[in-house]
Amino acid sequence: MEQKSISLKLKVWKQKNSQTKGSFETHSMNDVSTEMSFLEMFDVLNEKLIQEGKEPIAFDHDCREGICGMCSMYINGRPHGPWHETTTCQLHMRAFNNGETIVVEPWRANAFPVIKDLIVDRTPFDRIIQAGGFISVNTGNAVDANSLPVEKSKADASFAAAACIGCGACVAACKNSSAMLFVSAKVTHLALIPQGDPERKTRALDMVAQMDKEGFGACTNTGACEAVCPKGISLENIARLNKEYLLAGLTSEL
Amino acid sequence: MLDVKIPEGKLSEKWTHYKGHCKLVNPANKRNLEIIVVGTGLAGASAAASLGELGYQVKAFCFQDSPRRAHSIAAQGGINAAKNYQNDGDSVYRLFYDTIKGGDYRARESNVHRLAEVSTNIIDQCVAQGVPFAREYGGLLSNRSFGGTQVQRTFYAAGQTGQQLLIGAYQALERQIALGNVKMYNRHEMLDIVMVEDKARGIIARDLITGNLERHFGHAVLLCTGGYGNVFYLSTNAMGSNVTAAWKAHKKGAFFGNPCFTQIHPTCIPVSGDHQSKLTLMSESLRNDGRIWVPIKKEDSRKAKDIPETERDYYLERRYPAFGNLVPRDVASRAAKERCDAGYGVGTSKQAVYLDFTEAIIRYGKIEIGKKGLTTISESDIYKLGVDVVKEKYGNLFDMYQKITGDNPYEVPMRIYPAVHYTMGGLWVDYELMTSVKGLYCLGEANFSDHGANRLGASALMQGLADGYFVIPYTVGNYLADEIRTTNISTNHPAFAETEKKVNDRIEQLMQIKGTKSVESFHKRLGKIMWEKCGMARNAEGLKQAISEIQNLKKEFWNDVRIPGSIYEMNPELDKAGRVADFIELGELMCLDALTREESCGGHFREEFQTSDGETLRQDDKFMFVSNWEHKGEHEWELIKEELKYEEVKPSKRSYK
Ligand SMILES: Cc1cc2nc3c(=O)[nH]c(=O)nc-3n(C[C@H](O)[C@H](O)[C@H](O)COP(=O)(O)OP(=O)(O)OC[C@H]3O[C@@H](n4cnc5c(N)ncnc54)[C@H](O)[C@@H]3O)c2cc1C
Ligand code: SF4
Ligand code: FES
Repeated sequence: MEQKSISLKLKVWKQKNSQTKGSFETHSMNDVSTEMSFLEMFDVLNEKLIQEGKEPIAFDHDCREGICGMCSMYINGRPHGPWHETTTCQLHMRAFNNGETIVVEPWRANAFPVIKDLIVDRTPFDRIIQAGGFISVNTGNAVDANSLPVEKSKADASFAAAACIGCGACVAACKNSSAMLFVSAKVTHLALIPQGDPERKTRALDMVAQMDKEGFGACTNTGACEAVCPKGISLENIARLNKEYLLAGLTSEL
Repeated sequence: MLDVKIPEGKLSEKWTHYKGHCKLVNPANKRNLEIIVVGTGLAGASAAASLGELGYQVKAFCFQDSPRRAHSIAAQGGINAAKNYQNDGDSVYRLFYDTIKGGDYRARESNVHRLAEVSTNIIDQCVAQGVPFAREYGGLLSNRSFGGTQVQRTFYAAGQTGQQLLIGAYQALERQIALGNVKMYNRHEMLDIVMVEDKARGIIARDLITGNLERHFGHAVLLCTGGYGNVFYLSTNAMGSNVTAAWKAHKKGAFFGNPCFTQIHPTCIPVSGDHQSKLTLMSESLRNDGRIWVPIKKEDSRKAKDIPETERDYYLERRYPAFGNLVPRDVASRAAKERCDAGYGVGTSKQAVYLDFTEAIIRYGKIEIGKKGLTTISESDIYKLGVDVVKEKYGNLFDMYQKITGDNPYEVPMRIYPAVHYTMGGLWVDYELMTSVKGLYCLGEANFSDHGANRLGASALMQGLADGYFVIPYTVGNYLADEIRTTNISTNHPAFAETEKKVNDRIEQLMQIKGTKSVESFHKRLGKIMWEKCGMARNAEGLKQAISEIQNLKKEFWNDVRIPGSIYEMNPELDKAGRVADFIELGELMCLDALTREESCGGHFREEFQTSDGETLRQDDKFMFVSNWEHKGEHEWELIKEELKYEEVKPSKRSYK
């Protein structure tokens, strides 16, 4: 691919910690190679800030391969930026034009308070999983893996839902800060395979209850989550969750 | 001296014998025993969950914001198990044999045999947890091939096997957290081991949000902290992967085994410029279908598609007809380097070879036509049908390639080059996974065990989960059974206070340097030394130079590093500084180890020891041992050997021709 150099203006959110109020800071960048990833562009900026005796910008990242779900930047009004089904770390500078201004903010949601600059607290997702996002099987209890065939189409659909990386972009994109896409992906992953069947009802009820408790908003089906999800988790999962939830509510013994 | 604690008896009966005779801890006592698990990747999450289920009180630590983000999540290709579901001649023995041979006869037989035995339980366990492995139309599990083997024993979930396995272990862990059996500390970094008398009794950890140091007691401490490939700066590892936990343990008396055994993976996306922060792997599973080639003509600058079939050199198929594109990683990496160094490389940097799917796409396209009963169909339609099949198999990898390079790999062959990927070396452990420090265990990539001088593909996930789910629950019990009378040691004990003070002093010292160069710049320089002199090819002179360069780099680091911000706040630069300081010390030991090992084996290629056709030349009479290094002081180590005895397999020249 042909390599170009571009100049940019970056408006980035700076916030010392969860107790202080943040604000935007503007930086000019020259000679940005279009072959760089978005986070490498931040590396270059941070190197420059350190050289100038300033504080670098803190951001979450780890795998830089689009799979750990750690990176989380709200870029020009869109979680993970302009590319379809792409995490921030996989976004490359080819996506931007010379002279462009790029605005970068943290995820904004009451349930995800800012820890520093672009880093937010996503532990509510772990607690939602704790509420029921598992199959209760202890180590050593398992039967032979091939003793229970699973229809390929169901196994594939279960895998597609299990591909969620827990990044929280769906919450950041939603005007209600709802976590329905995340919760529905987990419920679907486990509902479509026979091993997940025994706990289907309690799982849906408990995970939704925890989601509400964490302060995520209600789902009004706008589809903003699906549009930004880097792993292509579809709205069909939410429809399934609603069905599972209703069914569980109707049939659970009180 | 070294007590390896290998059980008596025939190789195939050792583990059964051990399980039948090890000491047990009764349920009431388990509730009073605390275990610290540092790291919650595949090894740590599976260990913490399983120990929690057994009733121990577990405290688990990771530096990411959630256990689900550990580096294990990025594993792509698959996990091995001797299930023989394909009826193609696999068995526990064959998996054991392949792993020993793949490791170039530098691994311990008893551990590897146990690994092969429990491999089948892992697949059962994961399926029961809901891991959605790939399946055939009949509903049963699907397999594929990986390098260094001639059977299909690799289980996978598209190119996201590590993700699915880690999510399984993570969910098991979260379940134990909800039940109160495990307490999770995320965004925490372990910075030292606390020793009371001669036993590991706890850790000092730093809360990465507040910067505060914390003291934690445990009757036993498990390090499951992953590999140290990032000592090379550029690698396929996650950005945060580091050696700090293992290094601190090393300085507290844990021997470091075979530190120079590094795996360079043949198929990664090449470096694109100075800004490069990491390298991305293109899974080995691609070598099932992709063919690797370079032009026959030197410095051929034509586009790949303009080079006719007769002018292409499929050098792996040429040199290794029996295994072809599926030779083990060390062999494939060296062959790529050889071609590029000789002037046959492709792309602008000339440091790349082609991984080409054209033939596979056409082959799959034709099969689809057959299935669909189509008769008149154009070549471009065949190609399209084939692309769909390849998309289903490797879609996420192809997409990733396109995002990074801007090229469409369905149309032009991928350009790939070897990159640092995995470290076979690590803390030395005995049969029970205990380090040379009592009560301190090491699991997963962080230990040296099982893979010898070269790891076969899809075996790291297997080892991490074997250690965590099926080995440690037995072996730690054997130790803790004698600890039931040890009441919890207060964290006011002087050993805790002293260790905390040392940790604190070091952090303050780092912050006070206030030099001129960033942490990153030192890391890059270290990486360059390591890659050039302790990378794919090594020689005595280069290694000696590297040692002195690293010693100088260390001095410069401690005089001139600049760390912005302060201690009691979130400060990623400070976190990184501590890790890079440890990498610098490790780098020196790796070079020393590579210099001492005067032979070539697996991934360790000493230029002085090669055959006339460029293959590794082992020196079994002199180096049939694990090199364990005991830390003695600054720049000082003592070598302690664990002789390797092969009772079952007869070491021979490793050939894939
Ligand atoms: C791109 C890629 C693809 C791969 N594909 C495959 C594959 O297909 N098949 C295969 O078998 N293997 C594969 N591997 C190798 C395999 O993924 C790893 O070897 C394995 O996942 C390591 O697991 P682990 O549990 O030992 O460590 P990790 O997953 O690295 O976990 C380390 C844990 O330790 C924690 N930690 C580290 N230091 C500290 C500290 N000081 N304090 C607190 N916590 C700490 C981290 O937070 C993390 O939780 C691949 C590797 C890479 C890089
Ligand atoms: S559903 Fe999509 S956007 Fe939401 S957490 Fe999962 S991967 Fe991220
Ligand atoms: S850094 Fe892992 S998904 Fe972006």
